[in-house]
Amino acid sequence: MDIQYRKLSVGTIFIYLLLILGSILMIFPFVWMVFTSLKTLPETMQIPPTFFPKDFRNFKAYKDALYSLPFLRLYLNTGLLILLRIFLAVTTSSAAAYAFAKMEFPGKNILFMIVLTQLMLPSQIFIIPQYQMITKLNASNSMFALVFPGLVSAFGTFFLRQAYMGIPNELIDAAKLDGCNAFQTFYKVALPLTKTSMSALAVFTALFAYSDLMWPLIVNTDKNMLTLASGLSTLRGQYTTNYPTLMAGSVLAMFPMVILYLIFQKQFIQGIALTGTKS
Amino acid sequence: MSNETTTSSKSTRIRKEYFIAYMMVAPTIIGLIILNIVPFFKTIWMSFSKSALFGAWEFAGLKNYIDMFQSSEFWKATLNTLEFLILTVPIGIALSLILAGLLNAKIRGKTVFRAIYFLPMVVAPAAVAMVWKWMYNTEFGIINTVLRAVGLPTNNWLTNPSTVLLSVAVVAIWSAVGYDAILLLSGLQAIPLSYYDAARVDGAGGFKQFIYITLPLLSPTTFFVLIMRCMASLKVFDLIYMMVEDSNPAIQSARPLLGMFYRQSFEVGNKGYASAIVLWVFFIISIFTLLQFIGQKKWVNYDI
Repeated sequence: MDIQYRKLSVGTIFIYLLLILGSILMIFPFVWMVFTSLKTLPETMQIPPTFFPKDFRNFKAYKDALYSLPFLRLYLNTGLLILLRIFLAVTTSSAAAYAFAKMEFPGKNILFMIVLTQLMLPSQIFIIPQYQMITKLNASNSMFALVFPGLVSAFGTFFLRQAYMGIPNELIDAAKLDGCNAFQTFYKVALPLTKTSMSALAVFTALFAYSDLMWPLIVNTDKNMLTLASGLSTLRGQYTTNYPTLMAGSVLAMFPMVILYLIFQKQFIQGIALTGTKS
Repeated sequence: MSNETTTSSKSTRIRKEYFIAYMMVAPTIIGLIILNIVPFFKTIWMSFSKSALFGAWEFAGLKNYIDMFQSSEFWKATLNTLEFLILTVPIGIALSLILAGLLNAKIRGKTVFRAIYFLPMVVAPAAVAMVWKWMYNTEFGIINTVLRAVGLPTNNWLTNPSTVLLSVAVVAIWSAVGYDAILLLSGLQAIPLSYYDAARVDGAGGFKQFIYITLPLLSPTTFFVLIMRCMASLKVFDLIYMMVEDSNPAIQSARPLLGMFYRQSFEVGNKGYASAIVLWVFFIISIFTLLQFIGQKKWVNYDI
């Protein structure tokens, strides 16, 4: 084993070369984003173009972006949207998933069909009626409107049901013999065993809520109620070719998630791989 | 007597269990009915209706569908969507397979590479679209600058009708390759090493091992990634919406079905027509998924 590591064969060098080349391609757009955000507008239209910004402490583009969009509100809105969606998806789906996996009740299959139906349909099929409900409730431009389509989660129910099905029935029966009722068995015995799956669902839900564009774009048009994604779209409309400002906005929109990713890298990748393969 | 009480207490216990079960599924089921099941039928109903005065709706028969099937813009959007799928899926899957293979090799720094390739997944497509749009810029974009520097012909990538979809497809592949590779990698790692040892004993080289062991045993994961990628491509909206705006001369060659759906429902305000379009998207996705499930019998190997 050790020897294999030490001896760099031609093949291994080739693998490293390919991976490093690919990594440069993956990282370069982000580097370019940051560099451009530190340039002045004339600097971006210079011929021949420059690679590095003249002054790394030129934050004018950031000032412009912060001036045209209330980024603090956007962070707050996006953060709250993510937290609420995670909380709702994990709680409602856990309860339903346990019942579908470990309990018997009349009508179980028909009710589970409802979950599967939602999963098979593209989410845009629901979007016009959902939008009409929000308008009827007079709830446009609110946090409720942002969270609305994610009040419950068919995907979460389906995904966590898999996790509960993996728990041996003997464990459930033992808890019942100890005097737990069905809900206590779920809450005290089974739920703690699905931690990995719950955090995977949380990561999945967070990334989805953070990236989603169409829904926040249509329900919330007030500048103070935008999300980071829909805010960027507004910025694009305002600064069509002012790329330093657009790049500054993009950097501002992406950095909280990138930092979270760098800290919780393992959970992110595991979570995504798990939600991917188990569904 | 005592027998009777046990059965009746048993049945109350069962009834209590039923009650608990219903309470546990109730929030999800009620939510799904209100948010998804009713809206689904409403969308179907709207596709056969047109909006009348004062927010009322009236039955319009097949009018929306006839309009749709007679619209050249609609067929163009369908073609754009399918073209986008053809441009992204095969190359995307091939690249992810290669990347998964590279990441599975005995090398150092695997976690670092994995983290780098996965990065675009945690950045909102809106931000990704923005920086690529800047790199594709005809006059000042870095891509044309580099091409000019090495003496290759430049192109107006996003405003040229014949390259606009290809340019967006590159971004879509770039965004997804790390994610798909990680899914495939977990499939690769599930293949028992003893298979390779046995093949080596039989004298099979690396390439033969790849063809006869890796590909067939990885096929369930590949199939899953393929289905997921096809659906994502057929539902493309964000990237194209952010990179190709309405004033772009190449918009007709880029706007996908969901872009047309968004425009008709929330910009033009023709919700009946938009409903017909989104049902058409669902129809295409169903056909694709069905064909792939039929086709999988020929190449997907489930018995490890």
